[in-house]
Amino acid sequence: MRIVVPVKHVPDIHSDRHLTDAGRVARGSDDGTLNELDENAIEAALQLVEALDDGERATSEVVAITVGPADADAALRKAYQLGVDRAVRLSDDALAGSDVFGTATAIAAVVRRLEADGPVDLVITGMAALDGLASVVPVLLAAELGLPQLTLASKLTLEHGQVEIVRDLEGVTEVLTAPAPAVVSVTDHVNTPRYPNFKLIMAARTKEITVWDVAAVGLDASSVGDAGARTRVLASAPRPPRPDVQLVTDKGEGGLALADFLIRNDLV
Amino acid sequence: MADSTPDPTTAGRTVLVVLDRPDRGLRSPARELLTIARDLGEVTAFAIAEPSQDALAELGAYGVGHVLVADIVGDSADAHLAHLTPVAAEALVAAVASTGADVVLLSSSFLNREVGAHLAHAIGAGLVLDTSAVSVGEQGLVGDKRVFAGSWDVSCAVTTAAAVVTVRANAVVAAPAAEPVVVQVDRIDIHPSAAATATVLVSRTEHAQPEGGSGRPALAEAAYVVAGGRGTLGDFAPVEDLADALGAAVGATRDAVDEGWVTHDAQIGQTGVTIAPRVYIGAGISGAPHHRGGMQASGVIIAVNNDPDSPIFEIADFGVVGDLAEVLPQAAQAIRAHRG
Repeated sequence: MRIVVPVKHVPDIHSDRHLTDAGRVARGSDDGTLNELDENAIEAALQLVEALDDGERATSEVVAITVGPADADAALRKAYQLGVDRAVRLSDDALAGSDVFGTATAIAAVVRRLEADGPVDLVITGMAALDGLASVVPVLLAAELGLPQLTLASKLTLEHGQVEIVRDLEGVTEVLTAPAPAVVSVTDHVNTPRYPNFKLIMAARTKEITVWDVAAVGLDASSVGDAGARTRVLASAPRPPRPDVQLVTDKGEGGLALADFLIRNDLV
Repeated sequence: MADSTPDPTTAGRTVLVVLDRPDRGLRSPARELLTIARDLGEVTAFAIAEPSQDALAELGAYGVGHVLVADIVGDSADAHLAHLTPVAAEALVAAVASTGADVVLLSSSFLNREVGAHLAHAIGAGLVLDTSAVSVGEQGLVGDKRVFAGSWDVSCAVTTAAAVVTVRANAVVAAPAAEPVVVQVDRIDIHPSAAATATVLVSRTEHAQPEGGSGRPALAEAAYVVAGGRGTLGDFAPVEDLADALGAAVGATRDAVDEGWVTHDAQIGQTGVTIAPRVYIGAGISGAPHHRGGMQASGVIIAVNNDPDSPIFEIADFGVVGDLAEVLPQAAQAIRAHRG
């Protein structure tokens, strides 16, 4: 079995996140990290492979892929720590400024390039990247690859070439199924990602990261990056800080103070 | 290169507004979308389910003279087809072709974001998600949004001829049109492709309303939200009491959901429901980044916590340091008394 897990290098949500003058997410090596929700995707892929018998397992592979400059290797190193078998980064100046369509096109090209070496059974992604929070790249990737989509899975099984997921959303529980290969996105409820063990942490430092450019994956440079983007950031700015909190310590009238705050601000 | 910026002086912009389940009447997100759409061009409403009589009357009040209802025609008697986002997107592709729409507006649910993405992919449109304002000007169509847990403002211009935009709840105050109109309903048959139906929806179970919650607004679209966290120690009665005094929805942190104190539907956060109500009240919530990412764009933030050093006070407008089991019922009683 071969599973591809697209991952993203994002600013740590605990850090002071900001946009560049060009309206792009500022990503540095200092405060960048593997998108936390991608850990659930890696864990889901590893569990599917670990459930196989020894023979199948020996020929199985979990490949983490990402799109970005060299800083993004930090995300792939983390993926190696968790136990993926191989890591690929698509890197090209032409990719800068990609919107969700450019990103999906680029990831699809990497998946197709991997398919040239052998079939890919599943693509598993996290439910969203914690910087953009668009959560639409998985379905755009499915559309680009012409594969069925199974999104926001809180349970995932693969049996006899059929993928089944359960998902909870907006007051509804759904069970969906599709034949593999398919694109699956998983939520943070699907599993609890493992902690990397010492041996894998050490080994991850020196494992090879394959780097491809757009030409290597047969990608038309005008379909990605700024050139292919369908939106443009006109302006971006940090919001002014909220005024200092009006803090009341409850000495028996805290609830009245709360109600009074709502009433005098015309909020009830 | 993408298409050049459309000429803002071009008259006759057509805006397609996607209605969610209008068979159950119009909900506040639909009214908000219609209010925004009126300023952008001629509005046509789109629905996959048959609008109720009430919904049609309200569409007329909002100045919508035309509703396009898609009928999904499947090979099998599969009632679930319309719930597959690629199928809904194919219906919208046909609706855009039939109406010549330049702009498609949807409310910002997870499923609508998927539908919008598929639609934009299919018609080569630009996509702006989770906007709080949409306008047309010199730069063409522009969507404003908040990013990084509400800490940054970004304006995005669509550089293609067509635009697909999702709008977050409570972005505007809904207002009917100055003059009501008569609504004409047209129908369109949709034959979904094999690709769109490659995924099969095996079962679909709507959750029962939480006990006593049937009268409360939906969390994603509520103007008032009272949320509880670990500090409730599992007793959500004070949270629900204040919510009902305010006519608010009840929300919760991931912790409270994982403890089984409330259902998953109540989870506010980056991986749950993202909210931006007029007033948010958090009780017994410390304010972890994941929760803040789901509520920080709220208009007014109020926190009640017994720990004065809780991070949530850093983003609050008003806070009470105290026991929520004492503070919330007292506040609820005072609000009920004020309302008479």
